[in-house]
Amino acid sequence: MDSFWEFLRHVHDAYGINLVHFYDSFERGRLLKGMLTTLQLSVLCIGLSILIGIFGAWLQGSRFRVLKTLVQAYIQFFRNTPPLVQMFFFYFALGPLMPRVVNDYGIAQPMLGSFAWAMISLSFFAGAFNIEIFRSGIDAVQSATVEAADALGFSRWQAYRYVILPLAVRICLPALNNNLVNLVKTTTQAYAIAVPETLFVASQIWSDRINVLEMMITLLLFYLFLVGILVWGMIRLERALAIPGFGR
Amino acid sequence: MQANAAWTPDQPIVSVRDVHKSYGKVEVLKGVSLDVRKGEVVCIIGPSGSGKSTLLRCINALVGIDKGSILVEGQEVHDPKLDKLELRKKVSMVFQQYNLFPHKTALENVMMAPILVLKRPKEEVEAQARRLIKKVRLEGKENSYPGELSGGQQQRVAIARSLAMTPDVMLFDEVTSALDPETVKEVLSTIRELADDGMTCILVTHEMGFAREVGDHIYFTEKGVIVEHGPPATFFKEARDPRTREFLSQIL
Amino acid sequence: MTSLEACVRESKARISAAASGERFASAFTPTAAFVILVACAIPILTLEARAQLQSTVGTQSVLQSLIKWFPLILFGPPREFGGFALNIAVSFLAMALGTAVGIVLGLGQISIHRPLRNLAWALTQFFRNAPWLVLLFFVMLLTPFQIRLFGFSIPLPGWLKASVGLSLPIMANMSEIVRGAVNSIPTAQWESAESLAFTRLQTLWRIILPQCVRRMIPPWMNWYAILTMATPLISIVGVNDAMTLTQDALSAEQRTDLLMPMYSLLLALFFLYCYPIARWTLWLERKYAVKI
Repeated sequence: MDSFWEFLRHVHDAYGINLVHFYDSFERGRLLKGMLTTLQLSVLCIGLSILIGIFGAWLQGSRFRVLKTLVQAYIQFFRNTPPLVQMFFFYFALGPLMPRVVNDYGIAQPMLGSFAWAMISLSFFAGAFNIEIFRSGIDAVQSATVEAADALGFSRWQAYRYVILPLAVRICLPALNNNLVNLVKTTTQAYAIAVPETLFVASQIWSDRINVLEMMITLLLFYLFLVGILVWGMIRLERALAIPGFGR
Repeated sequence: MQANAAWTPDQPIVSVRDVHKSYGKVEVLKGVSLDVRKGEVVCIIGPSGSGKSTLLRCINALVGIDKGSILVEGQEVHDPKLDKLELRKKVSMVFQQYNLFPHKTALENVMMAPILVLKRPKEEVEAQARRLIKKVRLEGKENSYPGELSGGQQQRVAIARSLAMTPDVMLFDEVTSALDPETVKEVLSTIRELADDGMTCILVTHEMGFAREVGDHIYFTEKGVIVEHGPPATFFKEARDPRTREFLSQIL
Repeated sequence: MTSLEACVRESKARISAAASGERFASAFTPTAAFVILVACAIPILTLEARAQLQSTVGTQSVLQSLIKWFPLILFGPPREFGGFALNIAVSFLAMALGTAVGIVLGLGQISIHRPLRNLAWALTQFFRNAPWLVLLFFVMLLTPFQIRLFGFSIPLPGWLKASVGLSLPIMANMSEIVRGAVNSIPTAQWESAESLAFTRLQTLWRIILPQCVRRMIPPWMNWYAILTMATPLISIVGVNDAMTLTQDALSAEQRTDLLMPMYSLLLALFFLYCYPIARWTLWLERKYAVKI
């Protein structure tokens, strides 16, 4: 491996292609850490937003109009305002209202840091879309199929558990896939509240080492790779759940 | 199967009395009455939108009624205190669009309700399900998904699925309407065998020949009322009401 | 007297039964909008009340401050273009650019020349899957401040470069919309045009694309709304948009009680602009879905 880094160092000296973020162990270390942060943020947000989606879709099926209206208001608010402003609102406006905790060094600091706020705001943002996606999946299950379950004596819960949900999940996978890809791409805006994710670290490197173009291309390839893995995983899941003769 | 103490098998197994049903402002059933005895095959015919399918759904309590009464084995179906599950065990329904569960194989479709609803042991249910699949002549299709079966095959799986609940009465809602002519025969012969076995059947159908052959009693409905009824021999030859004659002349 | 008719009639009866519920559902969304506006107003009003109690001589109430800064956030500093108006201007420009180039790219994706098709596909996928902010940085940092044309140097202002940056993902998604719409036209249309001796270009231009337009409008509008909500990203790369000016105002005031109302105001601005577009898109989608 070391010889490969040496080769890259040589490429820099000989051709001026500055891949310092690979061959310099310090820069490589912080870039990797940034990528890890992006990965953590993405995985946590995906999990949390799916939970919000399930919970919200369940609430929307409730009989209480007030509850439904509240969920609808939540969805419309997060769908129709910029995710960046939402993040700033959470971090700068709500953040200071949180209680402060004293850390190990005896200094009072906010209970939630920028990473936590980025995670919360992005999850709420993507969660709003997930609710609509899950809800439309449930609604797309033909009422006739549900009637058949009823006629066979299934309870409401059994019909949900064994008929509606298994079908709804399959129906909404493509839309969920799109939304999660979008979520992973949106994690870059955590840059704005100084979460040390990939874009943030990359911008530090390119201002320290003046290798904007090389760094930028690395950055784009990294995100294409990340999105590629997610899409690949979702397609694998879709195939694994595919039923012969159902949907197309 | 527990029955109402007052009910004995010599009384009608299904008794519909003056049933009214509206959807919003549209009155679909305007006072319908009919009786079905145990082992009888009753066919309901009539033009589209005359409320036939709705009547079947009322008997199975899939939809509520506004007025009147429906007794199955002496029990009021629309009694709010009634255990729907008890009714579902007695009355089973086969739909026009089969309505199989697309994510389950043919065998699983048949097995689901007995396991989940009747809580019977899996091995026993599976043996029964295989017998039923064989009975509807679908051996070898046990592990096919509904999407891989033809309409006629799906409908026969749906019949097997209903039979798995060991019902006393079976309701058939235009079960051949969505099928192509070739496969209609397969499904009809399955139903004919059931009738021969003594199953009580209520069929909504457009197959006049079939109704005439297997039916013990024919009901003709139009605009939410029963216009005329009688055994097929007299019904098809000596219909009295002009509406019935008009309808039959168009169909036959 | 088909079973289909029976089905239709009975379902109609059911629909009329559900109609009363439907009517409520359509009244539902304005209710939602109202709830959101109230929710936005509550923090402003409560803080306003508190500020009134605390206010000493010389400090303004929250409402007064909001009113003071509102024109700046909306239109930018005097004799300078900025603020929310700039967000909208950037959204228009990026949309126009992205749509124009995107249509060309989309037609490239359905070209009969394999290399061209592959190139268009690769470009589309690349720009569709790259994060918007990274693309924005890419354009901002890697294009010069000015270009020399015929001996004149023409400055490239930040908002112009930002528009180009935001137009890239729009271009890629527009390309997909065009490809999807053209593919959704039945092949029989191509065949019948060919049998009438139309050239490929004539068929595309006179027969296929006119049929596509209606299908493309709702997703196109949807992307416009997404683009508008992405415009605050340009504040990160130093353009004087509503977001930047809101932060400027907040740092000038140095008052924590202003944080919530100011950000709420900004959110409300975008919501008031984007929500009607979303409703309109939904309406068009339903309208066209029935006719096609």
